[in-house]
Amino acid sequence: MEVKDITLQGKGTKDIEFKDNEYLEQYLQELRANGVNIFVEKLDMLINWGRGNSVWPLTFATSCCGIEFMSVGAARYDFARFGFEVTRSSPRQADVIVVAGTIVYKMAPVLKRLYDQMADPKYVVAMGSCAISGGPFVKSYHVVNNVCDIIPVDVYVPGCPPRPEALLYGLMQLQRKMKVENFLPDAQKAQKKIRKKLKEVEVKQ
Amino acid sequence: MDLQEKIASLLPSATIEQAQYLTISVAKNDLRKAAETLRHQLGFDILWSLTGMDWGTALGVVYHLASSAKPGEIVVLKTQAEDRENPMLHTVCDLWATAELNEREVYAMFGIRFINNPDMRKLLLNENWVGFPLRKDYNADPELNPLNLHSDEVSDLRPKLVEQADGTVKEEWDEIFTNKEYIVNIGPQHPATHGVLHFRVSLDGEAIKKVDPHLGYIHRGIERMCESLTYPQMLHLTDRLDYLSAHMNRHAICMCVENALQLEIPERVKYIRTLMDELTRIASHLLAWSCMCMDMGGLTAFIYGMRDREKILSIFDDTCGGRLITNYNIIGGVMADIKPGFQKQVKEFIPYMRKMLKEHNAIYTGNVIAKNRMTGIGHMSRELSINQVVSGPSGRASGFSSDMRKHRPYGAYDKVKFNEIMRTEGDTFARYSARLEEISASLDIIEQLIDNIPEGQSLVKTKAVIRLPEGEYMEWVEAARGAFGVYICSKGEKTPYRVKFRSTGMPLVAVVDEISRDEKIADLIAIGGSLDYVVPDIDR
Ligand code: SF4
Repeated sequence: MEVKDITLQGKGTKDIEFKDNEYLEQYLQELRANGVNIFVEKLDMLINWGRGNSVWPLTFATSCCGIEFMSVGAARYDFARFGFEVTRSSPRQADVIVVAGTIVYKMAPVLKRLYDQMADPKYVVAMGSCAISGGPFVKSYHVVNNVCDIIPVDVYVPGCPPRPEALLYGLMQLQRKMKVENFLPDAQKAQKKIRKKLKEVEVKQ
Repeated sequence: MDLQEKIASLLPSATIEQAQYLTISVAKNDLRKAAETLRHQLGFDILWSLTGMDWGTALGVVYHLASSAKPGEIVVLKTQAEDRENPMLHTVCDLWATAELNEREVYAMFGIRFINNPDMRKLLLNENWVGFPLRKDYNADPELNPLNLHSDEVSDLRPKLVEQADGTVKEEWDEIFTNKEYIVNIGPQHPATHGVLHFRVSLDGEAIKKVDPHLGYIHRGIERMCESLTYPQMLHLTDRLDYLSAHMNRHAICMCVENALQLEIPERVKYIRTLMDELTRIASHLLAWSCMCMDMGGLTAFIYGMRDREKILSIFDDTCGGRLITNYNIIGGVMADIKPGFQKQVKEFIPYMRKMLKEHNAIYTGNVIAKNRMTGIGHMSRELSINQVVSGPSGRASGFSSDMRKHRPYGAYDKVKFNEIMRTEGDTFARYSARLEEISASLDIIEQLIDNIPEGQSLVKTKAVIRLPEGEYMEWVEAARGAFGVYICSKGEKTPYRVKFRSTGMPLVAVVDEISRDEKIADLIAIGGSLDYVVPDIDR
């Protein structure tokens, strides 16, 4: 029996190459080209290296994607290898919240509160098409169509559910982001803006 | 005298017809009499499913009943509440306890209120939700129900409708918890509730006095969405209900559509589906075991269980292309034939799993601390499990035989010999062991089938646009957590008129209050782990 190879845009799976997303590093090089303060630069690098390698996620999952999130934490994929040592059950001790699963209207305030309870600096990974766009439930009356409406997102990991490799890649992308963070004041400003906007919305309600 | 004549003589005012199941339709005022007769005189003590309906002009309810002696022989009872403004029906929750939560769901979705049901809060939706989403005239304007980022206060008041002596109905309010009680919230964000479930627990010292479950934190509106999807499109949503039983759920809906179309399914497909179902069951039970052990503090067990589960996921990955959500069954067969190496992979897995089961038992089941935490805790009687229709391994641990593989054989289950794992103790330990034993029973089933997969097609052609003939259909499979049913009401269109999924998990949550009463708060975690609910399947 023949097993057909799946083709995407005229290419077989074997011809599609994985391209690493290195824009952050390139951006950094560009910034550094003009010279930086050696002392502060080294100190920042050290701090961010430490932070970037001990990111503890919150034990948070609402549905199917949560099971894949668990798989990534278990023996075969084991994200502890990359510095996501343990998941924490309390938002006070967590650095990153992986929104694994559908967020519905009734859950939205709870997610917001969890995020507010986390200590700064904090990060958000939206895992799965549900968190990104509502996924298969986009037309439902009770599903939030983008977690970005509730909390600001740093990394999106598409898939339904994303494969564990994809989540690992997404989490490592977050680490890269963290490592260059002090060079990206724009990004920080943007985040602050979003948070402020959300606050305003809340006050109105 | 056969059943139909018997019912006709006992309920002269009812209309009885033989559709897929024997269907009894009664007027609103005869509902109580019909329900009582069926329950007490004819012994229908299981209410498999309670479905709200909107027939366009009238709202109503459909009850699927069976007796615990023959859980596979189903009778349907139907009734209508004519009024759309203020529809009311009598409750049946004194006859079948499982009706209580189901009636609350019907209230939230259709607005039918049930007289004498002690609790008439909305289930799944917030109390202030505008409109009833499953009604045909529901206004889905997002302006009416905007996204709210403020948590509302949880109210401990509940309304109920009480029938007075003169036949009028009065609304009364009572308190679930008094303000002297000490209440702890567990969830909706709690690692041991296995998803987003919210328990309000009233404590006396360390002992539990009462548990009030709140549902709906992952209510995705799947049933409403199905009404605007074609049959092949609907399949994708069933995988995501109880994602740990993805294959079985999809098997049920495919079977329901195929039977309605009277489509003949090749033997090969039946074998493949059965094999996949059993592999899914093992994966699900392994995950349940891992998580339960982890909740009780045994992290090693979690790592071991997940490791073994990955073996099954690899098999799925190769044949279906997906790990957890496999999207494999389709109407008329399976998406693609099995991979050439499938049989070899499975045959390697069987002895491996048997060996590992021994190890798991040695590591955890025999552990004195674990045993003490499980034996005699969270006792569920057989009566309670029947009354609340707790099927699956949790029900079988209390001696309630409900295995649809035995009672309504489907797929290739009539060709294999296997034991329905039954226990009588009904405590946490019994539920825990029932799962491990079921893994070995599943391995036996797989062993009998794997070498005998018949040759043939893996998919039969269906029409490009599938329309089900007018009528009502319901099919059942044994999912990892109990009997899962799919009810489809068709009006001959290419989309269904109404779809209902019988949740395997809702009864498991409904019994928590009763079986954890007077136990310690820490035991609630173990009890929850042994019941093994999956919340998206409850909330749908
Ligand atoms: S993205 Fe897919 S797998 Fe993930 S939660 Fe949504 S439906 Fe489930």
